Amino acid sequence: MDSINPILLIASLMVASTPILLAALGEMVVEKAGVLNLGVEGMMITGAVVGFAIGVNTGSSWAGFAIAAIAGAGLSMIFAIITQMLLSNQVATGLGLTLFGLGLSSLIGKPYVGMKAPGFAKLDIPVLSDIPVLGPILFRHDPMVYLSLAAILGVWYLLTYTRAGLVLRAVGENHNAAHALGYKVVRVRFMAIAFGGAMAGLGGAYVSLVRVPQWVEGMTAGAGWIALAIVVFASWRPWRILLGAYLFGGITVLQLNLQAAGSTVPVEYLSMSPYLVTILVLVIISVRGNHGAPGSLGRVFHASH
Amino acid sequence: MTDAYLAIDGLTKAYPGVVANDDVSFAIAPGQIHALLGENGAGKSTLVKMIYGLVKPDKGQMRVNGTPFEPANPHAARGAGVAMVFQHFSLFDALDVSENIALGMDNPPPMRELAQRITDVSEAYGLPLDPTRRVGDLSAGERQRVEIIRCLLQNPKLLVMDEPTSVLTPQEVEILFKTLNKLSDEGTAILYISHKLEEIRALCDHATVLRLGKVVGECNPREKSARELAEMMVGQTLHTPSRDYAEPGDVLLTVEGLTLAPANEFGTRLRDVAFELRAGEVLGIAGVAGNGQDELLAALSGERTTKPDAVRLKGIPIGRHGPNARRAAGLLAAPEERLGHAAAPEMSLTENALLTGDIREQLTTNGFVAWSKARDFAGKVIEAFDVRTPGTETAAGALSGGNLQKFVIGREILQRPEVLVVNQPTWGVDASAAAAIRQALLDLAAQGAGVVCISQDLDELMEISDRISALTEGRMAPPRPAKGITIEEIGLMMGGAHDMHEAHPEEANA
Repeated sequence: MDSINPILLIASLMVASTPILLAALGEMVVEKAGVLNLGVEGMMITGAVVGFAIGVNTGSSWAGFAIAAIAGAGLSMIFAIITQMLLSNQVATGLGLTLFGLGLSSLIGKPYVGMKAPGFAKLDIPVLSDIPVLGPILFRHDPMVYLSLAAILGVWYLLTYTRAGLVLRAVGENHNAAHALGYKVVRVRFMAIAFGGAMAGLGGAYVSLVRVPQWVEGMTAGAGWIALAIVVFASWRPWRILLGAYLFGGITVLQLNLQAAGSTVPVEYLSMSPYLVTILVLVIISVRGNHGAPGSLGRVFHASH
Repeated sequence: MTDAYLAIDGLTKAYPGVVANDDVSFAIAPGQIHALLGENGAGKSTLVKMIYGLVKPDKGQMRVNGTPFEPANPHAARGAGVAMVFQHFSLFDALDVSENIALGMDNPPPMRELAQRITDVSEAYGLPLDPTRRVGDLSAGERQRVEIIRCLLQNPKLLVMDEPTSVLTPQEVEILFKTLNKLSDEGTAILYISHKLEEIRALCDHATVLRLGKVVGECNPREKSARELAEMMVGQTLHTPSRDYAEPGDVLLTVEGLTLAPANEFGTRLRDVAFELRAGEVLGIAGVAGNGQDELLAALSGERTTKPDAVRLKGIPIGRHGPNARRAAGLLAAPEERLGHAAAPEMSLTENALLTGDIREQLTTNGFVAWSKARDFAGKVIEAFDVRTPGTETAAGALSGGNLQKFVIGREILQRPEVLVVNQPTWGVDASAAAAIRQALLDLAAQGAGVVCISQDLDELMEISDRISALTEGRMAPPRPAKGITIEEIGLMMGGAHDMHEAHPEEANA
C-alpha cells in the first residue's frame, strides 16, 4: 500500500467530489424551499451528455458547462410545472424525471460515444501552487473546483444573511404561513427548482468533461442519488454539504487507489464501500431523530383561499 | 359614517356551491374594539381575508378613511394600515423570533436594529419576548406575542385578531386584553373575532353578528348576555347540557407514576402523572396545548406504551397493551386532531367507523370486512349524533369540523366504552354542536362509564366535570372537586402553582 501518495489522493478527492458537491448543493436549495426533487440523477446525466456534446462541437468546455446548466434547469422546469402548477406528487414526478433523463441522455449521446472531451485547463496559480504539499493539494485544480467552493460560500451567505434567503427558508418551512404573509410560494419554488436543475447539470457536465472525460451511457452511475443522500447527511446546511461530498469523494478515491495498489480485498467490496458508508451515516443520523428537515418538505401547496 | 376608519359596504363573495359572504356591511371607527361573531362557516374568515387582501370580493366595496380600498395582496393591505394576527399557521417553527417578525414586514431594518425594536415594543406593551429564541420552543402565548409584535412594529391603524385567546391561559388573556385596551386608547381600531362570548362582552364595545354569510345583527355586547349573543349567532334557542350529580362508583382507571419521554422534538415529557377515575365520573384536565395533552392521550389510548403498572383498568395492568387490546378491554379514546389522527380524511365514514369500531362491534370476520355491518354502524353514529352528511360513503375530510367531531366522538360512545378519553372534544366546533357533544359525554357518564376530558376550554370543563385538574409542562395537579371552583383557581393550577393547592387540602375548598 506504500504506492498510495496522500498528496495525490487528497488532490484527486477534490476532483472526484465536485460533481456530487454541485448537485447536492443545488438540491439542498430546492429542499430548503420545501420541494423534494428526486430527479437529480436524470438532470445530472442530461447535463453530462449536453455538456459533452456542446464541448465537442464548440471545442470549449466553458460553453459545455453553460449549456449543461441551462439544460439541467430546463429539465427541472418540467418537474416544476408538473408539481407546482398541476400539483402532482413530488416523489413520483421526480422518479419519472430521473428515468426520462436517463433515456433522453442515451438518445442524445449515441453519436458521441468514444469521442474525446475538448479538455479543461487547470489553473496553475503562480507562487501558491509551488508551496510544498499544500500547492498540489489546493492550488492546481481546474476552475470548476474553485467555482463549486465559491457556490457553497454564496449559498451559505444567501440563506443566512439575505432577505431572499429568509423568504426561501420561510417558504420551505411553512408554505401556508408564507402565503398568508403574501409571499409567492410557487414563484420562489420555481426559482429554487431551476437553480437545483442548473447545479445538477453542471455536476453532470463535470463528470463527462473533466472527471472521466468522455461520454459513456449511464455514466453518472448513481451520483445523483448520492447527492440526495448527502443533503440529508448535511442536515440541510451548506458547509456540511461540503463535508459530506468530500467524505464520499474521499472514500471513492481511496477505494480506487486501494484497487490500484493491489489490495487483497476483492474489488467488489471496495466498490460498494462508499455506498455502505453512506447508508451507515444516514442510519446514524436518523437515529438522532429530527435533524432540521424543512417543515413543508415534499408537501403539495395549494393556495385554497 | 364619515368618521369610520374602515367602512365595508355590500361585500359579497361566493365559492362554488356556497355564498361565504352575502352583502355584508359594517364600519369600524378609530379606537373601537369591534367584535365579529359567528359560528364556524358563518363567513368570518372569508371576510377577514378580503380585508387583508388574501381574497378578492365578487361585489361590494371597502373604504379606508373615505377612500376606496381594494388590496390586491397583504402587502397592499399592510400599506393601508391593516395588520392581522392569525389564528393558526403564520409562524415558522425553525426560524427565530426576529426572523419571523422580519418576514411579516415590508421593509425590515437590519437584524440587530430589529432585535432592539422588538425588545422596545415588547417592553412598552408589557409583552416580554426574547428576539433570539427559536419559535418552535415558545409557548402558545409567546408565539402569539410574536405575531402581535410583528403587527405593532408597523404602527397599524386597524388590528385584526382571529380567535386570539383560544390557546391562552386566563392570565395570558388578561395581559392580552390590557395590551388591546392600550392600543385602543391610542386610537388603533381592533376587529376581534372570537366565539368566546364572555371575552367579547368584557372587551368589545360593538359587535356584528354573522350567520350563513349574512349580517344578522349589530349590538353592544356589554348590554347583552352571553346567551342572547349565542342565540343571535345560532338563530335558535340553545340548550344547556344538564346532568344529575350521582355518587361516583368503583375505580375504573388508575394512573400512577406515568412518566413518558416526548415523541418528537416539540413534544412534552410527562412527569409522574397520577389520578384515579371512578365509574360515572367526568374528570376534566385543563391546560394550554403543548403541556403534555397529546402525550397523555397517547399513553391512555395505547398509542404509546408505558410500564405495565402505570395504567391500570379495573386493577389490571394495561400499560403494555396497544390500542386494540385496550379497546377490547373497554378503554376507548378520541384524539384532538380530527383530520389525520381521529379520522383518515380521504376515507369514507364507513371506513372510518370500521377503523376503531372493528374490535368491539365485530365488523370483521376471519379477516374479511363485513361491509354491511360497518355501514350500519356508521349509519347509527350519523343518526344518533345528528351528523349532517349526504351519507355513509362521504369522505371524512368533506365534513365540516363540527360534524366530523360529532362523528368521531359518537363513534366511540356507541361502542359502549367503560372509560372514554377525549382530547379537546369541542375545539373549533360551533355552539350547538359543542352543546350536543358535551351532553353526550354527560349521558355516557350517567350510564356508568368514566370520562376523561382533556380541554383548553375552561367553561366547558366547569360545565361537565366532576373533578378538575390541570396539566402543566407534563405534570398534573391533584384533581379537585369541580363544584365551587373558580376560573382563577384553575388558572393557578395551569400556571403550575401546585404547591399552593397542596398546602390547602381539598376540604377547605369543597
